[in-house]
Amino acid sequence: MLQGWMQIVLTLLIVVVITPFFGRYIARVFMGQRTWLDPVLNPVERTIFSLSGVRTREAMTGWQYARAVLYSNLAMLVLIDLIFMIQGVLPLNPTGLTAPSWDLALHTAISFVTNTNQQHYAGETTYSYFSQFAALGFVMFTSAATGIAVAIAFIRGLTGRPLGNLYVDLIQSITRILLPISVVGAIGFMAAGMPETLAGPALVPTLENPVIQQAIARGPVAHFEIIKELGENGGGFFAINSAHPFENPNGFTNLIQLVTLLAIPTAMIITYGIFAHNLKQAWLVYSIPLAILIGFIVITAIGEYQGNPAVNALLGNSAPNLEGKEVRFGWAQSALFAVFTTASMCGAVNSLHDSFMPSGGFVTLSNLFLQIVFGGQGTGTAFLFAYLILAVFVTGLMVGRTPEFLGRKIEQREVVLASFLILLVHPIAILIPSAITLVFPEQLAGISNPGFHGLSQVIYEYASAAANNGSGFEGLGDGTLWWNLSTSFSLLAGRYIPIVALLLLADSMSRKQPVPATAGTLRTDTGLFTGVTAGVILILGALTFFPALALGPVAEAFQIIKGIG
Amino acid sequence: MSVMREVSRAMRSTLVLWVITALMYPLLMIGLGQIAFPFQANGSILTNTQGQPVGSALIGQPFTSDRYFNSRPSTTNYSTADPTNDAAGILKTGISGASNLAPSNPDLLKRVQETMTQLHQAGIQPTADLVYTSGSSLDPHITPAAARAQITRVAATRGLAPSQLEDLIHQNTDGRFLGVFGEPGVNVLKLNLAMDMFDR
Repeated sequence: MLQGWMQIVLTLLIVVVITPFFGRYIARVFMGQRTWLDPVLNPVERTIFSLSGVRTREAMTGWQYARAVLYSNLAMLVLIDLIFMIQGVLPLNPTGLTAPSWDLALHTAISFVTNTNQQHYAGETTYSYFSQFAALGFVMFTSAATGIAVAIAFIRGLTGRPLGNLYVDLIQSITRILLPISVVGAIGFMAAGMPETLAGPALVPTLENPVIQQAIARGPVAHFEIIKELGENGGGFFAINSAHPFENPNGFTNLIQLVTLLAIPTAMIITYGIFAHNLKQAWLVYSIPLAILIGFIVITAIGEYQGNPAVNALLGNSAPNLEGKEVRFGWAQSALFAVFTTASMCGAVNSLHDSFMPSGGFVTLSNLFLQIVFGGQGTGTAFLFAYLILAVFVTGLMVGRTPEFLGRKIEQREVVLASFLILLVHPIAILIPSAITLVFPEQLAGISNPGFHGLSQVIYEYASAAANNGSGFEGLGDGTLWWNLSTSFSLLAGRYIPIVALLLLADSMSRKQPVPATAGTLRTDTGLFTGVTAGVILILGALTFFPALALGPVAEAFQIIKGIG
Repeated sequence: MSVMREVSRAMRSTLVLWVITALMYPLLMIGLGQIAFPFQANGSILTNTQGQPVGSALIGQPFTSDRYFNSRPSTTNYSTADPTNDAAGILKTGISGASNLAPSNPDLLKRVQETMTQLHQAGIQPTADLVYTSGSSLDPHITPAAARAQITRVAATRGLAPSQLEDLIHQNTDGRFLGVFGEPGVNVLKLNLAMDMFDR
């Protein structure tokens, strides 16, 4: 047991130690400072800018930036949907797959463009190699870059700078952050055993009974895998994602995946601190999601380590819950991965969340509800600061001072945007479609596990879509027209409404006259204020979704204690 | 700025980025993989002495007889099928999957009970990994405890000394990364292949 906890602590340490270095690097990139990649990248970027028709010095307003996000993402969506629909006649399709249904193709396209990677299909049997790397692999870069760009524009606005240009930020996120790390990571992953081939599945006779054959699915996996984690995409090449030995063959690849999937959302908070010239505040803000993350890991890991009491009674001893888990990861690495992947909105899995103990279900769902336990690529940091603005407003009301953040007054417009984008959109996109689905359990829901867990399956699917996470309680029969279209609504609402609101919020903050700090100013870089913010986050998040948690995992936990009938 | 210009810029930048991230990057990596890591890049395929492929070092195979160390129960039977009777097309693409049974699902308990009965009949003391199905259904490993629990049975069938099997288990155990990260696992296919070589 102690060995498992040591793995967890060391992994967390690595994540925290990397944060300041990576955060500084990201800040350098977007402040236009020199980096050691300049001699190679400057000419490359100049070519990309001129081919794309991007004028680098052209600054955008919040609304222009938001429109550019929508237009560019729409262009990507159309391109990849087109590739899916004609994959039958495209090359690099060794298993001869035909086009998927229109609603599945649309759902996949929306799900990947929104950086969610919710998958209502099995990779092996649905998408050709070409669709996987030229469509899915493509938007894995651009959707992650869109998230980074929005976060940078938000940070610029919050700190009183012009927002910048979406296309410049988008392209530089790829050329200076995502692509160089992916090249190095892909080489490491190949060395560690991941396939990277265009050859079709290998057929071998099995050793025990040569009449029976085994089909070993393979493909260009390694390069796909690194951007899957680094961009917090999470869409598996194979049906079973990072539990598949080809997507995650050993302890080394698992460690790299864990560290990369939290690298950007953690670093982005430090990037903010550098833009704001206030690293102290950045580390205080950083401590909020870190504390929640640690608490969640402890809850999940204890549940998995103690295992299923009903099975333990049969085994006659206390054993970890290994249903849906791989031997090479065990309870510790599986629990850690589940918490990391739902915290960071990556959504890759190395074990099956549906089979986790209720404590694990409670944590993964809570991560999806809160959205700020480091949160999505870029957007998680932006949500965190939206909560901070709300906390400034609430404390301002309590002590009777004009609420100010970084020397700028928080007024009606900012509070409306912050509360609308955090408080309203997320529950609307989760709870309303869940309610509709649950009214028709036979016709629509596709629930595979009886009792309280079935409710969790439905809520989880919409929460995962709205939070742009992409993991699932995968027993759910979600490959239907209803699920494809209704989750598409949650995917789009959960992605683009907050992004537009964040950019407008940043725009209005950047236009305010700074007010000089006086003795009466409420300081936001103190432990007390950080505590209040954490309280605001937990109260708002918990109150909105508490009924769903109580009826799902909490009730299931009591059911298991009582004994499974 | 006109709508037309915005649309054109969105389309042009999409195409340029597509060429870089969706064509150049993957094709470069595939080429590099084939040259620098041909074994791993093609699926870590193991071959027998005649050079014919017998499986992958990373993917498990079904083993249920008493001549071999048994692997974990799998929901897809390790992506295998009888080629003369493969209506589901498993051999066309290869598959992976999991039970997705919730801990509160009575079906899980029923299945575990059945597996335990089978293990007891085979004379194997059940361990957690031998009664729970894996995440991928392709798990190449069993825990060292699960391997040790099968030594007596395999040794009796093959007429080998238990100490010889212990050595083979030890040789085919994949340890933790840096001795810290992950859990040790015995690669069942490699262990059984080694045993066949030894037993010849």
